[in-house]
Amino acid sequence: MSQSPAEDTHRSGSGSQLGKAPAGEAGVPGVSGTRGVSGVAEASGVRDAAEFADGVGLVVESDGSEGRAEVRRSRWRLWLRNPSLVIGGTIVAIVVVVALLSLVWTPYAPNAVNPAIRLAGPSASHLLGTDEYGRDVLSRLMASAQVTLYVGVISVLIAVGVGVPAGLLAAQRSGFVSQLVLRIADIVYGFPALLAAIVLAAAIGASKTTVTLAVGIAYIPVFVRVTRSNALVVLSSEYVLAARAYGRRPLAILRRHVVPNIATTMIAQMSLLFSLAVLAEAALDYLGLGTTAPTASWGTMLQDGQNYLGNDVLLTIWPSLAVFICVLGFSLLGEGISETRDARSRR
Amino acid sequence: MIAFIARRIGIVIVSLLGASIAVFTVLNLLPGSPAQVILGQQATPQAIKQLTAQLGLNKPVWRQYVDWIGGLSHGSFGLSYISHQPIGSQISQALTVTGPVILFAMAVGIVIALPLGLFGALRNGKLTGTLAGVISQIGIAIPVVVGGLLLVIVFAVETHVFPSSGFPGWSQPFQALRSLVLPSVTLGVVEGAVLSRYVRASVLDQLRSDYLRTARAKGLKTRQALWRHGLRNAMIPLVTVVGLELASLVVGAIVVENVFELPGIGSLLLNAVNNRDLLTVQDIAMLVAATVLVLNLLVDVSYRLLDPRLRNTA
Repeated sequence: MSQSPAEDTHRSGSGSQLGKAPAGEAGVPGVSGTRGVSGVAEASGVRDAAEFADGVGLVVESDGSEGRAEVRRSRWRLWLRNPSLVIGGTIVAIVVVVALLSLVWTPYAPNAVNPAIRLAGPSASHLLGTDEYGRDVLSRLMASAQVTLYVGVISVLIAVGVGVPAGLLAAQRSGFVSQLVLRIADIVYGFPALLAAIVLAAAIGASKTTVTLAVGIAYIPVFVRVTRSNALVVLSSEYVLAARAYGRRPLAILRRHVVPNIATTMIAQMSLLFSLAVLAEAALDYLGLGTTAPTASWGTMLQDGQNYLGNDVLLTIWPSLAVFICVLGFSLLGEGISETRDARSRR
Repeated sequence: MIAFIARRIGIVIVSLLGASIAVFTVLNLLPGSPAQVILGQQATPQAIKQLTAQLGLNKPVWRQYVDWIGGLSHGSFGLSYISHQPIGSQISQALTVTGPVILFAMAVGIVIALPLGLFGALRNGKLTGTLAGVISQIGIAIPVVVGGLLLVIVFAVETHVFPSSGFPGWSQPFQALRSLVLPSVTLGVVEGAVLSRYVRASVLDQLRSDYLRTARAKGLKTRQALWRHGLRNAMIPLVTVVGLELASLVVGAIVVENVFELPGIGSLLLNAVNNRDLLTVQDIAMLVAATVLVLNLLVDVSYRLLDPRLRNTA
């Protein structure tokens, strides 16, 4: 059973859904066209007849509240059956909980220096050992999750906040406006996040804000493109034609038809981007272009750890693991969301 | 086809102009004069004024921009604010390190990606295929910094097989190559993981196509059909991806050079940032942006050359 028809019914009740569901299903081709983690070939592929019937079955079934509850249950089942979604979701939840916990409690103060126990290995009092200033590694790891989430959330919000409206505009208007938006997106796209951050750091100095701005701006074009290509498919569907004929204004069409239909794809994309933001942030902090000492972040911990590779390899291993797990979590979550969204990737 | 190429080149030029204005604006909005930064807090106003004039920074902003762009278009990158050396020769020196790293890394990436992706596609839905997918997912999640440091731990700190940092120069070719192994493998492994997903998706796409079903129907085994008909088609989208990924390797190289302390473009750029050597930053930023744009152009053109079906579309 595909999620899309179920979702459409859930949202709009009975009425237009029979016409809407199949179109929406064919509509949103995964997240193709973006760089990095998403697949190329999601754009094609044939949908099984059985799956299609399944989808229609759901639509028929969902007349009335009993059916709606059934849809909700089956959606949960669908989610729980997807390993990427479950593992990714769990990791992300853990990272968020750790970040929130570190706001109120860490075993030691993350910046508390204690030269007497510098470079001490793991022990009962310091589970992951201490660094070159005798600071508790576990506490610093926990506090770093805050930085990561902060940079990730704000930069994704920047990318979405600018990219999605621009993408919708480019899809809605053809000709000059669309071309202008796409060309500007291309120029920004030619500017990788890291390079943007380096230029910004040269201009305004290294800080958390520099990283956030750079990553956010660098990923705007991704959202412009994904939004536009997905919105174009929806806009060319017959139910939008019907809505136009009916006299709906462009903005209303975007709000009622386009945005709900591309929302899941966008959320999946946001999660994937979040993982890229975590990667970029760690790299920039490591290069000394982001979070500045003594604030703990995984990137700065890597940088510090590298100087003591000969003494204590673990100092490098812990932040490495943290970045790795966090990136894996967000990219699995994004993958999982788009898999449950996209019936074609399940076979 | 010619009209298509001409239009694409036009777009690249406009994009480059846009990027140059953006870079120039950001770097010249900076409060405080570069001369002040170079000479430090103790400098007399007289000395600052003199250096400002010497660097050409007393001219109107638009004039500085035009001079900079004019120089670049003639291949003249100007003199470093700090070392007073020609930036162009510093860049070409650095490229002799960064260039090989990127190419080796891409080679490593392709060598990993082709078998892994093919395997994943042929075993799709089976446990081994899923395992291949998991491996590539894990590879993608490894940040370049982390991968590099782990390789250093294993091959330099623990076993001393390869040097952990530094570059002896090409006058000692063997030693030089040895010191490029770990950086290239670091970038290449991550690249291989990324590419393998595209390989898998692209091959799967062909496996599901009608013509391959026909080929199988007339008696070919899946492997034979794929080998004879499918692979050529599957490789077309990969050309795009390899081109675009080369661009991302340019950026990855900046990080990896820092991990292994290689005197490449990345180190040059970061040193320039730390020393506020703004002209060098400007030049390298433009060089990287231009590389990315030109790679995109080449990808677009090659895409059409490789796929005859697209050749006559506008």
